[in-house]
Amino acid sequence: MSRTEKGAKFPAGARSPRSTSGRHVSRGINRTRLKGLIRKEMYQIIRDPSSIGIAFVLPVILLLIFGYGVSLDAKHVPVAVVIDKPSREVSDFISGFRQSAYFRPVIMNNIKEAEHAVMTREVDGIIWFRSNFGRQMFLEGNAPVEVILNGVDANKARITQGYITGVWIKWLERYALEKGVRLRMPATVKHRIWFNASVRSRNYLVPGLIAIIMTLIGAMLTSMVIAREWERGTMEALIVTPVSMKEIIIGKVVPYFFLGMSGMVLSVLMAVWIFHVPLRGSILALTAGSALFMLTAIFMGLLISTAAGSQFVAGQIAIVITFLPAFILSGFVFDIGSMPVPIQWLTHIVPARYFVSMLQTIFLAGNIWPIFITNCLWLMGMGAFFMMVIKKKSRKRLE
Amino acid sequence: MNHEEGNNARNESLAMKKSGLCMTIEGVTKDFISGKRTVRALDNFSASVKKGIVTGLIGPDGAGKTTLMRIAAGLLVPDSGHVSILGMDSTTDFLAVQSSIGYMPQRFGLYEDLTVQENLDLYADLHDIPASKRQARYDELMNMTGLAPFTSRLAGRLSGGMKQKLGLACSLMNVPELLILDEPTVGVDPVSRRELWEIVYRQVRDENMSVLLSTAYLDEAERCQEVILIHEGIFLGQDSPEVFSRSLAGNSFMLTPDEGQKRRLQEELSHTDGVVDAIILGSKVRLVTEEPVDAHEVERRFCKNTGFRAESVPPRFEDAFIKLLRDRLKDRGEIQDSTPVSRTPVEGNPDEEVINVRNLVRKFGDFYAVRGISFSVRHGEIFGLLGANGAGKSTTFRMLCGLLPASGGHLMVAGKDLRTAGAEARANVGYMAQKFSLYPELTVVQNLKFFSSAYGLEGKYRKERIRWALDSFQLEPLKDVRSADLPLGYKQRLALAAALMHEPPILFLDEPTSGVDPLARREFWRHINALAQAGVTVMVTTHFMEEAEYCDRMVIMAQGEILAQGTPEELKARFRTDKNPNPTMEDTFIALIEKHEAEKDRGGH
Repeated sequence: MSRTEKGAKFPAGARSPRSTSGRHVSRGINRTRLKGLIRKEMYQIIRDPSSIGIAFVLPVILLLIFGYGVSLDAKHVPVAVVIDKPSREVSDFISGFRQSAYFRPVIMNNIKEAEHAVMTREVDGIIWFRSNFGRQMFLEGNAPVEVILNGVDANKARITQGYITGVWIKWLERYALEKGVRLRMPATVKHRIWFNASVRSRNYLVPGLIAIIMTLIGAMLTSMVIAREWERGTMEALIVTPVSMKEIIIGKVVPYFFLGMSGMVLSVLMAVWIFHVPLRGSILALTAGSALFMLTAIFMGLLISTAAGSQFVAGQIAIVITFLPAFILSGFVFDIGSMPVPIQWLTHIVPARYFVSMLQTIFLAGNIWPIFITNCLWLMGMGAFFMMVIKKKSRKRLE
Repeated sequence: MNHEEGNNARNESLAMKKSGLCMTIEGVTKDFISGKRTVRALDNFSASVKKGIVTGLIGPDGAGKTTLMRIAAGLLVPDSGHVSILGMDSTTDFLAVQSSIGYMPQRFGLYEDLTVQENLDLYADLHDIPASKRQARYDELMNMTGLAPFTSRLAGRLSGGMKQKLGLACSLMNVPELLILDEPTVGVDPVSRRELWEIVYRQVRDENMSVLLSTAYLDEAERCQEVILIHEGIFLGQDSPEVFSRSLAGNSFMLTPDEGQKRRLQEELSHTDGVVDAIILGSKVRLVTEEPVDAHEVERRFCKNTGFRAESVPPRFEDAFIKLLRDRLKDRGEIQDSTPVSRTPVEGNPDEEVINVRNLVRKFGDFYAVRGISFSVRHGEIFGLLGANGAGKSTTFRMLCGLLPASGGHLMVAGKDLRTAGAEARANVGYMAQKFSLYPELTVVQNLKFFSSAYGLEGKYRKERIRWALDSFQLEPLKDVRSADLPLGYKQRLALAAALMHEPPILFLDEPTSGVDPLARREFWRHINALAQAGVTVMVTTHFMEEAEYCDRMVIMAQGEILAQGTPEELKARFRTDKNPNPTMEDTFIALIEKHEAEKDRGGH
């Protein structure tokens, strides 16, 4: 039965199903082929739990960890208080610590005990009022309060030091008022913190984190899915069809671009609604900047995949040359301005650096166009460079 | 491209049409650099492929088949020479070449997470087949491959044979003028293998397609209309397989030795002058002589110590290939008359059951890889587990070696379950894993040292054994070569040596000779025969139908079940008919599978 039917449709010699383009091979982009490639990629994304995992589950987990777990703020810092000889002044001073949200004072009996507590990291510092504190204050008018801080965590030690100074000045003012004297200082510092008035580290960590997440989706996921095609031999079958390299590349970029942007939307929504990070800039600028970064990240992924032959290697390379630099050198956690100058230069080749700066500005400060445009230009430059290398490197060949 | 070149190309294309060629390979050389070594994959290789027939590219693994096919498909660039397909250069004009050929790489390139239909859609899109013509083409391909009922199944869930057929369907999507298939039948069960050949021939018949197909199976060469022989990147010859085998007409004999003497006879013949080849086929020995002689003369001339009857048989393609390879070695003065390994005899009663398996079951999730099999292996026997990929052979093997716990049933190796027995029980067993588990960065000697110490050999004895291994397997000249850099045949020798370091009375071989060239395979089996003669019990898995003929007894497995067991003769005799008085092992296997399917169908309704 099928024979006669077939005979009718394909008379002998008439090679009907042959491609419409026949032997005239165009080097441009064929829409049917491109559509086929993109559709294939979509099916694979939907069916592959690891793609969904990296694009949607990983951002949620990372945001929750960094949003709730990691904080660079020093709050409720435990400090040992050693009072050799109690007095009214001393207890007045201590009450300043008690009222502060930044400290949790623990009264200890002697300095030995307090030193031990520092060693065992029960407390992060000691405030020591020696026995002659009261006498010196009255007689000499200049009594030292001894402060010992655990400098292992330098960042925390510095912050704590600042807070203690704050408590000390407050106490001075109060004491002066009590005595009916005006405390005279030649100059005073008045703080006003812009953009992040409550100085919540979460407010700048979360936008930075979005850059890290996008790097993961763009570079790591893309490089791994292409490496997978080489590993499983599907690429070999694919490139022996009349498909052009341009089509293969666009067929990869488009689906992963949309996947990455969806991850981005999810992250932004979480940032705003769950972590209450203010979003002061325009959504349009945010979208445009993210799209630009996403493309750059995907190009990096494509570039990695041309060098890596297996998923495992692609993943390793992606972590070492995209994820780690994005984490360390982008200004996400560590301030670029305080890095040594050569390292500062190095940060310029980390695309995430521009995106972190862009995100932190758009979220916390609003539309600061000079910053936005400078960062966009850098990203465009890097994207264009990567694209050129890809174009040069990728050929329809196995070598 | 200037005018003159354009004209040349056109003239060439015209000449090709006239000559009826669809592909010419001219002086192709290709080197690969691996580490510090340069490997010449193809050496000034020239051949041609005729239109409208099936041409086989025949050679063992590493001969250069895949490199040649990749160059033809425009995937690799030759260092010198060129390949021209349908008048187009496959390097400079690769896009045009790729739109007129169908190519199926060795790992058929299916997207396993796409359904059958989605795979078809993708290839139809890639070839830009107009929507109006698609359904008809799909129907045709699906009917032809028998995949019509499975279009919505994920490709990854298909059996090996079905995957291969889907890969073939995808490469046929655009009705190519030339179809290039790189080892399409590797690891495929004989039933699917036969179906694949039918599909290929149907394309040739109905669409006048030209086909170039590579294979390492010599029995498949006889199915091609023309063969190109390749060995170590060198062209050995091109003609129809009959012409090759006819050159040895009158040289091939089947010898029936006296009871229990087949191994002695074969060993003796193997180093007799005037013998090209002597292999064991079931209880018989197949002999190929240098010169045509008659059967009586064979009995007179070659019979010295062992009695046998000789009968003249038609030559096979394999005979001719072996002769070509041997002549080549002889010309280069590389032929070595090696002696098989020596082994102190293993004491034992020939009726003793060394390996015993009863109702053995292994489940992975709710999938039964092995479903209740039973067999036993006696002292000094060579026992085969024959089956296609996925039949459950390797799973059974791993359970026997104690590498994998059984889900149910009972198994004993030398009276112990290796899974629970101590290390000393394992000393009874030598194991040669599939793909030879050697340390690629260690040299030959370092590998031998490692394996001997892993088996607890010490001092003088260890030194003696290493010396024995280097001498018995001719590894001495290569002893400081890294094992990664060894040719396949030597890797196999080294792996066997490593498994024998502690003189185990039981030897497990998992697909030991897959892909090695036929001479290396023969040499390997000479060693195994010698070991069996000395009383070593050998258990071997294979998907090579021919290899099963070396076994004393065997089981045929499919889908985790044993379909039949017995001696090769007994098994083949079950399917002897008037039409096919001498069924091959492959015929037997196919008949068993079909019978099994029919029984299952009856059971199901």
